[in-house]
Amino acid sequence: MSARFEPVIGLEVHIQLQTRSKIFCGCSTRFGAEANSQVCPVCMGLPGALPVLNRKVLESACRLALATGCRVNRVSLFARKNYFYPDLPKGYQISQFDQPFAEAGEMPINLPDGRERAIRIRRIHLEDDAGKSIHAETFVRAGETLLDLNRCGVPLIELVTEPDFHAPAEAADFLQKMRQLVRYLEISSGNMEEGSLRCDANISLRPAGSTGLGVKTELKNMNSFRHVERALAFEIERQNRLLAEGGRIEPQTLLWDPLRGAVEPMRSKEEAHDYRYFPEPDLMPVRLSAAWIEEQQRLLPELPAARKSRYERVYGLPAYDAAVLTSDLAVADYFERLASRVEDKKAASNWVMGEVLRAARVRNCPVNELAVIPEHLAELLQALGQGRIPPQTARRIFEECLENGLPPAAAIAREEQAQVTDGEALRALVREILDAHPEETAAWLNGKDKLISFFAGIIMQSLQGRADPRRVMALLNEERAARRTIEK
Amino acid sequence: MHTGLADFQSLKPLLAGGTLSCTRLVETYLQQIDKGAHLNAFVTLFSEHLLEKAAAIDRKRSQGKAGRLAGMVLGIKDNLAWTEGTTTCGSRFLSGYVSPYAATVLQRLAAADALFIGKTNMDEFAMGSSSEHSAFGPVHHPLDLDRVPGGSSGGSAAAVAAGLCTAALGSDTGGSIRQPASFCGIAGLRPTWGRVSRYGLVAFASSLDQIGPLAHSVADCAEVLQVIAGQDPADATCAAVPVPDYMAALQRDLKGLRIGLPSEYFQGGLEAAVRDAVEECGRILSAAGAELMPVSLPHTEYAIAAYYIIADAEASANLARFDGARFGHRSAGATTLEEMYFRSRSEGFGEEVKRRIMLGTFVLSSGYYEAYYGKAQRVRTLLQRDFAEAFSKCDLLLTPVCPTTAFRLGEKAADPLSMYLSDVYTVSVNMAGLPALALACGRDAAGLPIGAQLIGPAFSEPLLLAAGHYLESRMVAASGGESRS
Repeated sequence: MSARFEPVIGLEVHIQLQTRSKIFCGCSTRFGAEANSQVCPVCMGLPGALPVLNRKVLESACRLALATGCRVNRVSLFARKNYFYPDLPKGYQISQFDQPFAEAGEMPINLPDGRERAIRIRRIHLEDDAGKSIHAETFVRAGETLLDLNRCGVPLIELVTEPDFHAPAEAADFLQKMRQLVRYLEISSGNMEEGSLRCDANISLRPAGSTGLGVKTELKNMNSFRHVERALAFEIERQNRLLAEGGRIEPQTLLWDPLRGAVEPMRSKEEAHDYRYFPEPDLMPVRLSAAWIEEQQRLLPELPAARKSRYERVYGLPAYDAAVLTSDLAVADYFERLASRVEDKKAASNWVMGEVLRAARVRNCPVNELAVIPEHLAELLQALGQGRIPPQTARRIFEECLENGLPPAAAIAREEQAQVTDGEALRALVREILDAHPEETAAWLNGKDKLISFFAGIIMQSLQGRADPRRVMALLNEERAARRTIEK
Repeated sequence: MHTGLADFQSLKPLLAGGTLSCTRLVETYLQQIDKGAHLNAFVTLFSEHLLEKAAAIDRKRSQGKAGRLAGMVLGIKDNLAWTEGTTTCGSRFLSGYVSPYAATVLQRLAAADALFIGKTNMDEFAMGSSSEHSAFGPVHHPLDLDRVPGGSSGGSAAAVAAGLCTAALGSDTGGSIRQPASFCGIAGLRPTWGRVSRYGLVAFASSLDQIGPLAHSVADCAEVLQVIAGQDPADATCAAVPVPDYMAALQRDLKGLRIGLPSEYFQGGLEAAVRDAVEECGRILSAAGAELMPVSLPHTEYAIAAYYIIADAEASANLARFDGARFGHRSAGATTLEEMYFRSRSEGFGEEVKRRIMLGTFVLSSGYYEAYYGKAQRVRTLLQRDFAEAFSKCDLLLTPVCPTTAFRLGEKAADPLSMYLSDVYTVSVNMAGLPALALACGRDAAGLPIGAQLIGPAFSEPLLLAAGHYLESRMVAASGGESRS
């Protein structure tokens, strides 16, 4: 990329809230229900039906606003955003325009060099989602469109940033932090692939060092963090080339095509919208008391950054561990329940970052849905810490419990019994292995200390891990001392 | 067109005493409707199970379980959603549309044992002041078939005046209850915005719309309001204000009541007969101990323009859902989405509705919003202040409902502007969200009814009804105790 131009990027993020019922009616918001089974006169926009605001939505919006340092407006207004589309039953979206729910916040992102920079948030407002038009399915006849209105009226928060990003990776980091935040706040799943977190971007280029803004394009249809990064990089490159050739940027809406890895302009008819916003007469202004907002502030959970620094401080974990463990609310909670029950916090951290996350990834489920709950893992780690079972066995028991869903106590007891604890039998095995490797034994006796691991490995393997490795090491050292004495 | 049928207040003792049954009443109304078919007051009749329902109510009465409106047989304006029959709003677009749910007011009336005899004709989507703009043909004035009954609740007004039902429901966005009530010589109440749930009223202009009764008497209006008023979880704009006993309030003493006469409402195109009749109302109230005083509503001259901007702006959004995608008229033969919208709406809507949608879309569009919608909203605030100022000096306002009596069919249909100007005394009330009562107060030389309007502060319905009830009783006395029609 040419260094002559600097990209300027702003994001519009849509967050689908996980309230039980819709924003303006009592219909369920459950995902994946049979088409048009979660609808009523209100969300279908039938003649005469009226919206009534779901107060839960205000709590969700207030949490996000407070967590991003926004000023929550004591009075905010709903407005109608008018446009025709078959999956928009009322012919307008109920949104907010003048006097949005909250304004003027910020959220820090991490730059590649490790520094932080605050991204300013212009506004947060509430609106209802549209339904889905279905064209490209096998059961849809050519030239027909089917409508599923289940999503109509699902609550959305729209968060608009200032144009504070200067690289695609910054935008992706912001979105990842946003996902982390909405999960911490328990207001959304933040899943981009399912559309619970959606993002449009405005991009323009300007001469490096200038403070003005160039002509911008709007980028849509980016359905994952990776696509956001790729699409932005593509569009920056496209604008760069165009400007370098002395061309002009057209203000237009572009759709990212993930298959082609390129953008294409939206049909101009579809984007030539004059939304004709005006105040929604069917809803009274949203009035919030200072006491209510304070209460929401008080109910705010510990946020990711605070939690990370607490993990470093209280559990003595390295920054890397703390970051991984707090990246996701469920993981952080899992670790916390585990850490409160085991002595060795670093061992707990290693297990969560290793075995637990791997198990969740393999099963494609959140850690809180794993069959091994933190309390059970704690039992296992205690047995491990006390040397009652070796690490290899602990890992085997963990796998076993993930499958059968049982607490590990019985398996630990079983393995303990199966351990070769008979000192003389172990000592005989140690001697047998040393004798079977005369060259290595000679080298070891002559001072190549590291070979002890070699022998210990063979011994543990031949016992299938059913021995305390510290015991084996001790026996090896005893035997070495004995043989050295004999040789002298 | 005198039917001899009285208001619900005079029917009640007959029903209670067993000399009149609900069944007999319904039979009479059905006969009257037959005779009055040429009025075109109804678009749908619920004749099929009506007698069974009436019999059921009679049985309930014999068991002492009848609701407070048992024996009230209502006409329902066809922009109120009801699960029986169609809800067409007088539009070809909704011809054949059956609502899967019922309006809150209708649920409440049915629960009080009122019977619905049919859906009444109206200006399409309540846009009009003459009931000529209906896809199902114009409504005729019961006293003069060449004249309009007023609008947009013209079907309701004509049906009540002609004795085709006990009372009727209408909706009032800019005078659509009061003006037809006045033209037809009956009483009509537009309640405070937020007093009655709008859930199930097909919206024309949401911030101005309100449902209310049209009836033979002010007391009947109170009786209906008693049942339909009050908070509704399905309407966020319905106020959490307790519902007083409207019937008890009718007996209120008017001594010391301060009645304002706004000078702007007695000027210009006001017909002399109308002025005289309304001024006579003032004298009657004065004789009862009320104090008359001149007041001013200085921004009245801007009300019509601002009203038509705001009403049409809201209408342009409210009518966007009629797109042919999910219900109502869908043009055959459209091959693209744009064509489906364009043809379905072009074929489904009448001229006046199209005119309003175009106007409303224009005043909200980018570059014109401030000059039109923004300015109209400021006028609205000024109108509200005018009223607040007036009500700091007086309790109620007395005005005409309309500058003229019923005009001729076709007289204004071709000239939208002159039609709009006939709403001059009614629209300000809607802009300010206030309650107002129209009641018959005499006849002009041609024998056409004249209406007086009482306007009060928000939620002053008890006072309005009391003053209206008193005026009505004096006028009945003056005409020799006979019915007004």
